[in-house]
Amino acid sequence: MKFDRPVRRKVFSHGMTVLTGLAVLVIMIPLASVVYQVVLLGSPVMNVAFFTQQIPQACGRGPGSVCHQGGVIVPIEGTLELIGLSSLFSVPIGVGAAIFAVEYGRERRFARFIGMTADVLSGVPSIIAGCFTWALFLFYDPAIAFSTLDAALALSVLMVPIVTRTTEEALRTVPNSVREAAMALGISKWKMSLRITFVAALPGVITGILLAIARSAGEAAPLLIAGGFACIHPLQGITQETCALPLWIWFGANSPNPNFIALAWGCALLLLLLILAMSVLSRFVLNRMARKMRGE
Amino acid sequence: MTPRVSKWGDRIFLFLLLCATASVVLLVVLLVAGLFYGAGPAIHQLGLSYITGYYWNPEYGVYGLIPAIEGTLVTSAIALLIAVPLGLGAAIFLTQQAPAWLRAPVGQLIELLAAIPSVVYGFWGLIVLAPLMRNDVEPVLVKYLGWTGLFTSTPVGLDVLTASLVLSVMAIPTITAISRDSIAAVPRSQKEAALAIGATDWEVTRRAVVPYARSGIVAGAVLGLGRALGETMAVYFVIGNRTATFTSLIAQGQTIPSLIANVFLESDTPLERPALLYAGLVLLAITLAINIVARFVLSRSQVGRGAAAE
Repeated sequence: MKFDRPVRRKVFSHGMTVLTGLAVLVIMIPLASVVYQVVLLGSPVMNVAFFTQQIPQACGRGPGSVCHQGGVIVPIEGTLELIGLSSLFSVPIGVGAAIFAVEYGRERRFARFIGMTADVLSGVPSIIAGCFTWALFLFYDPAIAFSTLDAALALSVLMVPIVTRTTEEALRTVPNSVREAAMALGISKWKMSLRITFVAALPGVITGILLAIARSAGEAAPLLIAGGFACIHPLQGITQETCALPLWIWFGANSPNPNFIALAWGCALLLLLLILAMSVLSRFVLNRMARKMRGE
Repeated sequence: MTPRVSKWGDRIFLFLLLCATASVVLLVVLLVAGLFYGAGPAIHQLGLSYITGYYWNPEYGVYGLIPAIEGTLVTSAIALLIAVPLGLGAAIFLTQQAPAWLRAPVGQLIELLAAIPSVVYGFWGLIVLAPLMRNDVEPVLVKYLGWTGLFTSTPVGLDVLTASLVLSVMAIPTITAISRDSIAAVPRSQKEAALAIGATDWEVTRRAVVPYARSGIVAGAVLGLGRALGETMAVYFVIGNRTATFTSLIAQGQTIPSLIANVFLESDTPLERPALLYAGLVLLAITLAINIVARFVLSRSQVGRGAAAE
């Protein structure tokens, strides 16, 4: 390094601070713009009808036709159904694999292999997950290739690696002395894994599940491929085509009907709030855990 | 102790865990097998000529992936060109330069970018960004940068450049998060040594910190690239969805995921969906290769860090 011209170097250093600060500001522009747009266009439709009514027929066609706003109760129900089903598939698998890797995979090579598998899965683009489960159902029964069940399976492919990874990390934070103490008291290993280490790691596990739900709830691409699109009231069975908030955004954005577009902005706002709530909730759970650990 | 009972408990528990673990591994195997099964007819009939073909015309049984592959690589590359300086700059600001009270909230705001669903980005891109690009940005680019040959068509707003911009926004949080972690993990001694010989703040960052965190930064960029390559909905809404080889940054185009999303549901010719799954296999191969490279770089950086700490 050359250390001559101290003033120039000092000025340059401050200049670079300004430049990196500018980078942060530039990044904030799209964030602010997206949030502003979603709140601006989404909040006017967020009323009681939005949460309770079904999507209206395409309005404004004939003369004198009444155009009422309607609501997105069907996409909301569909999203809740998808969250429930995909959690049902992915949570036991992800948590089980993580417990196995940490408690039983003491030979580190195997534990690392499971971690690597989860990493590979987490790199799979969401639309590929949809293509995969669609092909799987095509093989099993083509009649239900476009279905809520299929879409939920596609979402669980995206959720498994997140749940596995976060559960693994949470279990690893439990000190080994706890395990040794439990085993020394003569508890069997499965009780130790389930009732001591797992319970200790539970807040971390819940955070992982919330993160996984937050990620999958906003996905539209895999639903489009594996779930099809049918926002019909009442909600169809799980072997029928699906409907969800992100799917309605997709449909509304492609639609010329201003009412459908307005509802789509409402869905976008609702989805953002849902995801935000998940992350706030997970932070809350983690904070409580931290406080408990400190013994307050 | 009751050995007999606990023995059975252990066995059943272990069996359940093994089932879960096997499911995770099986999922990866099934994923590849399922895609091959679904793409089977297309692989059989089109072969490798599909990957080198230029046209997409289901009525005549003509399928080619070149425009989509080109579009995928071009949009992701431009997105990375924009996202790496911004993302890395933000990571440096958040770890080295920002006052302590600013670090956590700004970091959380950048993480919020990753939480916005891609379909919302797409909708926003369609309504806000595309008109802005068409009316204000692209005419200027044509006027002043037309000579480069990259901006030769009429501005439409829904084009490769707009898609790249949206992708860069989506890649930034990944790049920032991973670079920030690896920069934060640089040992204090590294910084103190540079400060002790009279380096300015920026020289510490540039010569002592960033080189030390280099592999983490590279891994972040590569993971951001992986995210951009597979992104569907955001691109689908703003790229114009036209099958054409790359001619201009402000011309409509398509990427592999946007092609799948655009055609899949409406498809009615028997070979088209298998052809789309074939495209999915190509995309999977590209993204997996990139992710494996990133993980490899990242694991090497952790090994290096561990060795340095010892």
